[in-house]
Amino acid sequence: MDIVKKLKVSELKGRGGGAFSVALKWELVKKAKGKEKYVICNASEGEPNVFKDKFILDNYLSEVINGINIAVDFLNAKDAYIYLNKDYKLKGDIGKCIIFKKTSGYIGGEETAAVEAIEGKRTEPRFKPPFLTDCGLFNCPTLMNNVETFYYVSKVSKGEYNKTRFYSINGDVPNEGVYELPVDMSMFDILKQTGNYPDFDFFAQVGGGASGEIILPQELKKPAFGAGSITIYNKDKTDIYALMEKWAEFFHTGNCDKCAPCREGAFRIYEMVKNRDIDYEVLDEIFFNLKKSSFCALGKCIPLPFESLIKKVK
Amino acid sequence: MKIRINNKDFDCKKGEVVLDVALRNGIKIPAVCRHTDLEPQNSCRLCLVEIKGKGLQTSCSTKVENGMEISTESAEIKRLRKINLELLFSQHIEQCSECNWSYKCKLLELARKYEIKITKFNDRKKDFPTYQFGPSVVFDSSKCIDCKNCIAMCQKQGVGFLDNKEKDGFFCTVPGQTKECVYCGQCITHCPSGAFEEVSSIKEVEEALKKGNVVFQFAPAIRSSIGEEFNLPHGSITTGKLVAALRKLGAKKVFDVSFSADITTIEEGGELIERLSEDKNLPMFTSCCPSWVRYVEVYKPELIKHLTSVRSPHIILGGLIKMSEDNPIVVSIMPCVSKKYEITREELKIDGVKPVDYVLTTRELGRMIRKNKIDFEKLEERDPDYPWGEATGAGVIYGATGGVMESALRTVYEKITGKSLGDINLKSVRGLKGVKEAEIKIGKRKVRVAVINGLGNIDGLDYKKYDYIEVMACPGGCIGGGGQPIPIDDEIRKKRAESLYIIDKKKKIRLAHESPFVEKAYREHLKNKKIIHKICHTTYGNNKNK
Ligand code: SF4
Ligand code: SF4
Ligand code: SF4
Ligand code: SF4
Ligand code: FES
Repeated sequence: MDIVKKLKVSELKGRGGGAFSVALKWELVKKAKGKEKYVICNASEGEPNVFKDKFILDNYLSEVINGINIAVDFLNAKDAYIYLNKDYKLKGDIGKCIIFKKTSGYIGGEETAAVEAIEGKRTEPRFKPPFLTDCGLFNCPTLMNNVETFYYVSKVSKGEYNKTRFYSINGDVPNEGVYELPVDMSMFDILKQTGNYPDFDFFAQVGGGASGEIILPQELKKPAFGAGSITIYNKDKTDIYALMEKWAEFFHTGNCDKCAPCREGAFRIYEMVKNRDIDYEVLDEIFFNLKKSSFCALGKCIPLPFESLIKKVK
Repeated sequence: MKIRINNKDFDCKKGEVVLDVALRNGIKIPAVCRHTDLEPQNSCRLCLVEIKGKGLQTSCSTKVENGMEISTESAEIKRLRKINLELLFSQHIEQCSECNWSYKCKLLELARKYEIKITKFNDRKKDFPTYQFGPSVVFDSSKCIDCKNCIAMCQKQGVGFLDNKEKDGFFCTVPGQTKECVYCGQCITHCPSGAFEEVSSIKEVEEALKKGNVVFQFAPAIRSSIGEEFNLPHGSITTGKLVAALRKLGAKKVFDVSFSADITTIEEGGELIERLSEDKNLPMFTSCCPSWVRYVEVYKPELIKHLTSVRSPHIILGGLIKMSEDNPIVVSIMPCVSKKYEITREELKIDGVKPVDYVLTTRELGRMIRKNKIDFEKLEERDPDYPWGEATGAGVIYGATGGVMESALRTVYEKITGKSLGDINLKSVRGLKGVKEAEIKIGKRKVRVAVINGLGNIDGLDYKKYDYIEVMACPGGCIGGGGQPIPIDDEIRKKRAESLYIIDKKKKIRLAHESPFVEKAYREHLKNKKIIHKICHTTYGNNKNK
């Protein structure tokens, strides 16, 4: 069975957050016309409280490299790049992969922005279409998957994939760490099984330590989503304004400042939250605008943590 | 193919963006950051429209697809535009009365239309600095709305002086540290918020006018653009009104720089003939664009010896005026901010005297005329002063890209062959293409020429292939200069240039060397080699002054 068939059967989804079918993406790049093709492993992991890619790179680098090589062979790609978080170090053999250290903030993780950065341009998202699968690095069809995805590609190819994924768990928990558990396991079970289920009143942030949604205890029956992180906050001990300030600062300083809704909107959120002087009507307008008119997904995602926190916890 | 906008069908071509089709058909969509010279920046988000099946999309960057259904207005779109406008104003310090756009910017128009409160947020840029680039350009970063057009344009010019630097959590537009500005002023004409402008000389000129000895001279490219300062249609020819306005402002005399463009042509033609015959330092490059000269001096010094030694027309005329008038203050009205730099060049002084004292841009002149409450449109047309008034057609087309080349070739051909050109309209060097080429047989020799329209196009040019190359830093040449009325785009450039060619066509004398006035100037003033050298020629490379 060729690799795409195996990937199809495995139902493996991208683990960068977008959860796009891996088999489908590989086929798109395969079919795309182009003189050269490129493979990029996105190891830019840049959001607070998400650290599973680092864990995988530290412990299973050879599996990741194997996954990348499978892609290179499959596509007959010219080069493979590892787009690496600048604080991460790779210990071990990386074969012919080229390391490109990410220089910019959070936005550097956006796929098209990563490509711009590797091309030596300003780290800023591109207008889509065209998509990377058609016209990516150096205008060639490009396959970009994240570290965890390549890890599982390797597993799938060896017939060792058992529908698991990696979860980063931290916050007010006794057993902070990265755990490999079934993809469809409920967050409740994950917390129980890892000995992290709190015995105090709490809320969780799921899918990213800034852009993740706020989840209440009674909502934990579903699986985790996004980048697979769960951060637990003790409700009584958490200053939700300080928390929002942290997020807001992260977005304001980590975005690329290309478009007005996100550049100015994120700043005004930060300003209001920092001064603890929030005009909820204005905040609503800014959120509406971010969701509807931001250039890229980062901007569109900014309102989610704030809105869910305000609605559920405030 | 066809697309449907607001329930009406419109024809369009593959590759076009939705915005252009809408605007062409009179459907208004607000678009602040879009400039048709540049790739869409996608930054202001005001041009959002609803596309069936695709949701909200920016019309400036969305290409048409057959059968696309678009609506340009809805309650939601209106709400988004309002918020984005308020956010844009939150980073823009309004100084409308002194602004380049003088209340005519899109921002203000939209603020009125969408009834926004421009002060909804505090101005986050109130403490942002103002920078000055040499004697030419001022950048007030507190007005900047971060569209990044100036950076893209400066890149396109092949300079890349402007940069995007992180500061306190924001990426800000700033002058870079590693490059040097060449003062083309294209950042000014591509800025939607008026953050860039010329270093103003209005005050100095007003002072000078009080003394009563100001001699104005105006560039070829002004006559078809100054009208735009007073809301006349693009490309309106207003030479007579321009002269009248300058007289009203208190000019002692008013001269037309097209006249000395003819002298430049003759001198430059002569130099070309000499170099061709000796096969020396070819190709010869034009040098009447000071931004190009500065670019050579800073970035391509190996080309210095290829520059013609001839001075630019207003410097020559300035020298003649200084020779013949009684203690004049010479003020050039130019389409250009680089000319403000040019007049500071030490080696242009004639016996210690500057040929030109001040340069005003077309926009500055517009501002002065408005300030003096002169009703431009109602002015009675006047003629410039003689003996140096009447210019040939060749001198007028200097204002458009290819004009210098065309004028020179008209003259060189006759000088070498003794015959006149069959058709003096050298169409192949006209128009807005970035690089234009032509080959004309002059006597036994095939002379290969190129015209570089827009400084960035010099990059990668295999200049050794040519004998003579014209370079104008500004796209379109001086009619699209950094000192011209804004907005400027290809449509507007075409109209302004077209008007110059119309003037040329109507002139009785269209060849520089046939001008009796030029002949007279040589007879009376440029009597010998030494004087000609002093007034009409210069040197390069010893000057890196900022
Ligand atoms: S939404 Fe806009 S400013 Fe924010 S990261 Fe994306 S492109 Fe940059
Ligand atoms: S004047 Fe020209 S070179 Fe200088 S910053 Fe502006 S665009 Fe760049
Ligand atoms: S200075 Fe003007 S052109 Fe440049 S980024 Fe700011 S608003 Fe845009
Ligand atoms: S092209 Fe004309 S307007 Fe532009 S910098 Fe050169 S001389 Fe000035
Ligand atoms: S004009 Fe389209 S985003 Fe600014």
